[in-house]
Amino acid sequence: MGIVSPGFHGRRSASTPKLPPGQYLTEDFPVLTAGPTPRVPTDTWEFVIITETGQRYTWNWAQLTALPAQTVTVDLHCVTKWSKLGTTWTGVSLDTLLENVETAADYALVSSYGGYTTNLPVEDLLDGQAWIAYRYEGEDVTPAHGGPARLLVPHLYLWKSAKWVRGIQLLHEDEPGFWESAGYHDYGDPWREQRYQGD
Amino acid sequence: MARAAVPGGLSRLDWRVARLVERRAETPSAGTLVLDVPGWPGHLPGQHVDVRLTAEDGYSTQRSYSIASASDGSHLELTVQRVDDGEVSPYLADVLAVGDPVELRGPVGGWFVWRHTDTAPVTLVAGGSGIVPLMAMVRTRRAAGGKALFRLLYSVRTPQDCIYADELRRRAREDFGLDVAYVYTREAPDGWPGEPRRLGVADVNTHAWPADFQPACFVCGPTGFVEAVADILIALGHEPRRVRTERFGPSGP
Repeated sequence: MGIVSPGFHGRRSASTPKLPPGQYLTEDFPVLTAGPTPRVPTDTWEFVIITETGQRYTWNWAQLTALPAQTVTVDLHCVTKWSKLGTTWTGVSLDTLLENVETAADYALVSSYGGYTTNLPVEDLLDGQAWIAYRYEGEDVTPAHGGPARLLVPHLYLWKSAKWVRGIQLLHEDEPGFWESAGYHDYGDPWREQRYQGD
Repeated sequence: MARAAVPGGLSRLDWRVARLVERRAETPSAGTLVLDVPGWPGHLPGQHVDVRLTAEDGYSTQRSYSIASASDGSHLELTVQRVDDGEVSPYLADVLAVGDPVELRGPVGGWFVWRHTDTAPVTLVAGGSGIVPLMAMVRTRRAAGGKALFRLLYSVRTPQDCIYADELRRRAREDFGLDVAYVYTREAPDGWPGEPRRLGVADVNTHAWPADFQPACFVCGPTGFVEAVADILIALGHEPRRVRTERFGPSGP
């Protein structure tokens, strides 16, 4: 517990058992992006998984959206302290995409249209924990929120859920992405408050 | 981006106890907190701090605030825009008294930053309290004798909402190579040519550096504002990687 701020009472009206430490609840949906919002047309969109041996697996928009989709309702936790509960997304599970990919890699480096990257362990993409999401609350994901398709890994801070996702490189060695290279945590578990390197 | 580019490197970011030493009103709804932070490692303009407040019963919450000041020893300034139904900003703006402690950690952020050794021209576009991290860049340029040419385009609702108004007037006069232009969205000052309006392509075309000069562009403000300005910059030919953005508030319209 930190030092007491004289005269600070805070606001605990809502019960917040689903909020990780240091987070506050928001009802709207903030947009946080390091640069301009890319607009990626679906007719040229492509998603590629490249294994540690250099083998490529690609899906175009029609192929992705023809795969079995799941609809999930999940909580989002942004490292900038806001959390949004009960968001509903539709997309393809990474279990489906990685099903026939031959790999022994432990790490994934995710890249986006626009140049963004983020890293995470492969095991965090599996077992129903991650999706390539293309619908939000029943509508197409808007460009500001990462459309046409974004990674969704709700058990990690939201910067891991790369917007405008373009591909995943599978690696034997962990390689930091954009924010991780700028001092943010390599893993980013909201429940352990892994915001910055060393947390 | 090299990891070593982040001040303080990858050392653990410790919570520090800062003390309020002075408070300045900037506008009717925004004020600057002057803090003394023993052991502050210094920062780059554009970085922010996390502020943690803890109530007597242990309840604790955190928010991020952009640093307004140039790096200067243990002295740090935050400019806080009061959000009337907010949980933290009214406390910082109205309750925290001179001499009181407040916990913070930082500096945080290694992307939305300007280095005074950079010589490329710089376009700054601010919406409302989005001026805060950009002002840190203007102040750092002044303090370090930076030679990069700066153009600042600042969108405010009314003249009364202009944060740092006096200092910006003075800097535009005294800081060689700094131009400041304003757009008023609700109410323009007397004698202002034209009607209040939202910032548009013509403003950016007139008051920002042309894409040919390959300027670094920093855009900060509410989400809808930043989306609009970033789109205009791209349409005017700026490379996306030269346009750095910081958005706050709810999602845009």
